[in-house]
Amino acid sequence: MCLAVPGKILSISTEDPVMPMARVSFGGIVKEVNLAYVPTAKIGEYVIVHVGFALSTLDEAEAGRVFKYLESMGELAELEEPSA
Amino acid sequence: MKFMDEYRDAAIAKQYADAIRSTVTRPWNIMEICGGQTHAIVKFGIDELLPPDLSLVHGPGCPVCVTPLEIIDKALSIAARPEVIFCSFGDMLRVPGSTTDLFSVKAGGGDVRIVYSPMDAVKLAAANPDREVVFFAVGFETTAPANGMAVFQANRLNLKNFSILVSHVLVPPAMEAILSSPLNCVQGFLAAGHVCTVMGFTEYEPLATKYKIPIVVTGFEPLDILQGIYMCVKQLEEGRAEVENQYSRSVRRDGNFPAQEILRQVFRIIPRKWRGVGEIPQSGFGLAEEYSSFDAEVRFGLADYTAEESAECISGLVLQGQKKPFECPAFGTRCTPEHPLGATMVSSEGACAAYYLYRRRKTPSVAVSS
Ligand code: SF4
Repeated sequence: MCLAVPGKILSISTEDPVMPMARVSFGGIVKEVNLAYVPTAKIGEYVIVHVGFALSTLDEAEAGRVFKYLESMGELAELEEPSA
Repeated sequence: MKFMDEYRDAAIAKQYADAIRSTVTRPWNIMEICGGQTHAIVKFGIDELLPPDLSLVHGPGCPVCVTPLEIIDKALSIAARPEVIFCSFGDMLRVPGSTTDLFSVKAGGGDVRIVYSPMDAVKLAAANPDREVVFFAVGFETTAPANGMAVFQANRLNLKNFSILVSHVLVPPAMEAILSSPLNCVQGFLAAGHVCTVMGFTEYEPLATKYKIPIVVTGFEPLDILQGIYMCVKQLEEGRAEVENQYSRSVRRDGNFPAQEILRQVFRIIPRKWRGVGEIPQSGFGLAEEYSSFDAEVRFGLADYTAEESAECISGLVLQGQKKPFECPAFGTRCTPEHPLGATMVSSEGACAAYYLYRRRKTPSVAVSS
């Protein structure tokens, strides 16, 4: 139930200003998503969606950290030299 | 899918597994709170990549699993009423109550509907003014903003035929209950990334300090979980006890303000019972005074009902990390996802169901007597 998945905003409608709605694509499957909690989200951005509500906008810069983290810790170099 | 597939890269997963192995020098127990993480760990076999000294214990973070028996019974009683359209997330339908489940009530003619979002229930209420529409509001801090918004919206539309059966639970008080138990074995936590997306992580800092325990806010994909574990064991080995954020692409320190604002308006913090665990002080949401007319328990006169749980199911111990599912004598025999005895076997995020789906070979173990 707590599953929340990333999707890309295709379009935004602000007919009801309290509850802006977006069409969000999840790998091709498009759903209506409530943007009340991410009012500054823009078309083309990725949002984390849970039970019909976007809860955050994904930060592209932070998104790559998991791939570079070990390098930045110097951990990979150590692994290559088991004596370290 | 972008932001998902790339976090399943096997080569990088192996690098993390190697880094964890080279960091760990003694036994540690780390608990992942969230059922979504438990599911991913068992599904992708992440626990099997870890050194034998490092064990993952599965926490109470499956809302389906911790919804108390008496709330399920209340749901069943409301759903069976002829004037009611009872709306629920699909995974609540098979949760066993004292005598039956929602699925059977539906089969017996109850108007039980599965909705994707609580807003669907609000729409149903607006479209059916002659029926009572009740939404089963379960979940953690991740789900509460959506459910809160449904009530907020029903109030805005002045809907008199909408109410919610609330069973919202909060993560930090459950962590504190685990940490303060004399049986506690947990030395580090992976905090639930989507709960923190809403709430931020400042509320974990006093816990980390008080119990000298590292807490790493962690995402849900295999690489997220491996990185979270790595950050956690690094802290343990270095003797640090801090709150760190692995899931920074979604989680900001202070969380989501507009969502927290709705939670403050619509709900208030109250003691809650957790299935298998018992009552935990200040561990859940009930409706705020101003919104109490939307409380289904009051509307249908069920506020005082209580129920006793089955003695055979040890899901309480499973939920607190004190037993693994295959240590339960009923696991895989008298208790299966088709015929669950306890809620942890119902939801795919429940530890028992995850082990049943992906670890059948371990049915049932002899280690029960310990
Ligand atoms: S296997 Fe079934 S009976 Fe045993 S703890 Fe899990 S849910 Fe309860």
